[in-house]
Amino acid sequence: MSFISYLINGISLGSVYAIIALGYTMVYGIAKMLNFAHGDVIMIGSYVVFVMVSGMGLSPILAVIVSMAVCTVLGITIERVAYKPLRMAASPLAVLITAIGVSYLLQNIALLIFSANPKSFKSVVTIPTVSLAEGQLMISGETIVTIAACIIIMTGLTLFIKKTKAGQAMLAVSEDKGAAQLMGINVNGTIALTFAIGSALAAIAGVLLCSTYPSLTPYTGAMPGIKAFVAAVFGGIGSVPGAMIGGILLGIIEILSKAYISSQMADAIVFAVLIVVLLVKPTGILGREIQEKV
Amino acid sequence: MALLDVQNLCISFGGLRAVDDFEIHVEKGQLYGLIGPNGAGKTTVFNLLTGVYKPNEGIIRLDDVDITGKKTIEINKAGIARTFQNIRLFKGMSVLDNVKAGLHNHYKYSSLAGIFRTPAYHRVEKEMDERAMELLEVFELEKEADYLASNLPYGKQRKLEIARALATQPKLLLLDEPAAGMNPNETKELMETICLIRDRFDMTILLIEHDMKLVSGICQELSVLNFGRILAQGETGSVLNDPQVITAYLGE
Amino acid sequence: MKKINKSTKNNLITYGIVVIAYVIVMLLNVTGHISSLMEGLLVPLCIYVILAVSLNLVVGILGELSIGHAGFMCVGAFSGAFFSMCMKEAMPAMARFLLALVIGAVCAAACGMLIGVPVLRLKGDYLAIVTLAFGEIIKNLMNVLYIGKDSRGFHVSTKDMIALGLEPGGKTIINGPQGITGTPHDASFTIGIILVLLTLFIILNLVHSRDGRAIMAIRDNRIAAESIGINVMKYKMMAFTISASIAGVAGVLYAHNLSTLTALPKNFGYNMSIMILVYVVLGGIGNIRGSVIAAVVLTLLPEMLRGLSDYRMLIYAIVLIGLMLFNWSPKAIALREKYSLRRILGKTGTKNVSENRTEE
Repeated sequence: MSFISYLINGISLGSVYAIIALGYTMVYGIAKMLNFAHGDVIMIGSYVVFVMVSGMGLSPILAVIVSMAVCTVLGITIERVAYKPLRMAASPLAVLITAIGVSYLLQNIALLIFSANPKSFKSVVTIPTVSLAEGQLMISGETIVTIAACIIIMTGLTLFIKKTKAGQAMLAVSEDKGAAQLMGINVNGTIALTFAIGSALAAIAGVLLCSTYPSLTPYTGAMPGIKAFVAAVFGGIGSVPGAMIGGILLGIIEILSKAYISSQMADAIVFAVLIVVLLVKPTGILGREIQEKV
Repeated sequence: MALLDVQNLCISFGGLRAVDDFEIHVEKGQLYGLIGPNGAGKTTVFNLLTGVYKPNEGIIRLDDVDITGKKTIEINKAGIARTFQNIRLFKGMSVLDNVKAGLHNHYKYSSLAGIFRTPAYHRVEKEMDERAMELLEVFELEKEADYLASNLPYGKQRKLEIARALATQPKLLLLDEPAAGMNPNETKELMETICLIRDRFDMTILLIEHDMKLVSGICQELSVLNFGRILAQGETGSVLNDPQVITAYLGE
Repeated sequence: MKKINKSTKNNLITYGIVVIAYVIVMLLNVTGHISSLMEGLLVPLCIYVILAVSLNLVVGILGELSIGHAGFMCVGAFSGAFFSMCMKEAMPAMARFLLALVIGAVCAAACGMLIGVPVLRLKGDYLAIVTLAFGEIIKNLMNVLYIGKDSRGFHVSTKDMIALGLEPGGKTIINGPQGITGTPHDASFTIGIILVLLTLFIILNLVHSRDGRAIMAIRDNRIAAESIGINVMKYKMMAFTISASIAGVAGVLYAHNLSTLTALPKNFGYNMSIMILVYVVLGGIGNIRGSVIAAVVLTLLPEMLRGLSDYRMLIYAIVLIGLMLFNWSPKAIALREKYSLRRILGKTGTKNVSENRTEE
């Protein structure tokens, strides 16, 4: 029974990674850049909810919606100000370093406003814990909401990309920016939209993460951000279902190794599995193999 | 015995026979042309000859040595050098260094000699500089030796690529559409350069080309490829008058 | 030839900058113009310079993205400190430190080779994530490693100190998350500068040798490099190994500058690797002298801003973003060229004539 409970916890944590990883993967697919600041957008989103719920006593639902709006605006602003000018830069590293700068910036803004002291985040989930198998298996409301949110987002995003014009435009831009432009697609708008969606998802991920792990600091987003990045690579960066699979696998591996091997070595195991997977499949689980044409 | 002897060369990509039963015999000192419509498999043949792809079937012999399925590096060491359809220079390096990179396997000193700049380092580097400058002079690039390769005009980039290939001291030089993107004047100049290389370095050259004028002007023999198969092969004049070839190029 | 002279001249300028900086610092120190805070920064400055220069070999010269450089530093730090702890009483300080440097370099080089295996298979961002994972694994392993020594020899555990089963009188050398305590303080600014010069000597000479050309050829066009008979695997491996071993040396220096060595996210985590990468990119990818200058400026900047207390890291971040935009944005570059000093003064630059990218 404890194994099943670990597994469920793993899927729950993995769902959070998956939602963050979606943001990474979409941005990577379309802008071919690693948005290192993505993890910090999560943190900002969480602080917004924290202030609104714990500080002003507003309804959690409203707080989440506002947080999504704030993150969306933040994501678009970051893209416009810091990334867009470097889109045609000589080295792809330039925008990576700028993203790191943005990450520092967001962390330090949060540090100035909220200080480094951890804030205890009040869960926004009101669903009670479900008790199964005569109390041997407890599933918290947070877990249920997290997994449900992940499924809904995944389905919604897949439908959005497959069925809507904007989604198709995203695919086209990620395939070939120049050709997409010639076909009359608004490339800048599409990229901005991608950042907007990714950042809104980050806000949701932040709330879910902090509801399960309630200590909130300016550095809260960093490690989950990196893990989600790993998850995105794991599943094949650029692939939406890949981010999902990668995220959930990562969560399961992390929780199971914490439970059965060593809690201090869990991160090392996660990263070791990643290396092995990439050695076997160099572009991740669902990544496309791209051969250079000679 | 032919310098390059290829028999029954085949490769498929996911069911598509890109090259099928390809044969070619290039004699030493020959200037041999490989022509055919777009997508006929010409560059694929080059990629097979240089080990970028491994053939599914067939034998490739260079100077009586079987090089089938060997790696690109080994094939270069065995004596085949090439240029690329879409120029592949070392753009961040100087023109001189591009050629010196081509000399890599012929002028050696140890890594430690390089780091500590021993007399061996200075001697070999000097030899390399001289040899590289000689090659650049052949292509009239000596004045641009210090330029970044990416700053050269297009025609000179093509020449530099040939110079770099020659620096590896090949027995056989493969040129992949050397005249692509050149105007008639540049093409004419290029034809002269190619003949000069053959005479001066006693080189055997196999070239892919679209430009009929260039091909008919300098190649002694031709192979025509269509849909991965040989359509015609033989002396330039007779091949170009072959009705099948004319159909393949101009349509019915 | 003129060419060799030019590259030698450029290298000499780089060495000269380092030596002059050293002399100035020493003079200021003698005259008492250096605060104790500054003094504490001198060895770390050398460490960052060494790290940045060595990372530039992989990122700038080989053209592969690595975000695990701190991992190699960590290996060097722990292996070097471990050796020094074992030999604390048995050897004279100088010889012991020299050997520790060698051991740190060799251990880090071994890890560089190990990470070289995926390097040969992976490209771009996938490789970057593997190097990041490697760094995190090393940091993590150092936190669960316990090594002790008693009359029966060494004991190793990954559980806790008690599991070592040391005899009474036995000594714990590596104590899990507490790391290594009591490493002899063998590092000094002078040694740091010597190591900086040595690093520059190795990297600059390597870059301008046959091997360096091969490595840069792979960076610029792997397929063309193979076509002219350059062994891509060998040179990629070489670049990674040399870079790792020099990072290992920086690690040894780091360990011998502190009394307590622990593997924290701050010093050996990906944040550190990223910071080194920032130096490399800001200094100019492939530009060795730039790495030196960027490492020094960016290490000193937060200290100079200390007066601004809480705002200093904020300003640091803004400066970083601003510098990146100014240096790399095509629009900013066009603007700079339009209003460049050279142009205003009417000098026609020989812009077309190249320098090697490494000596701009």
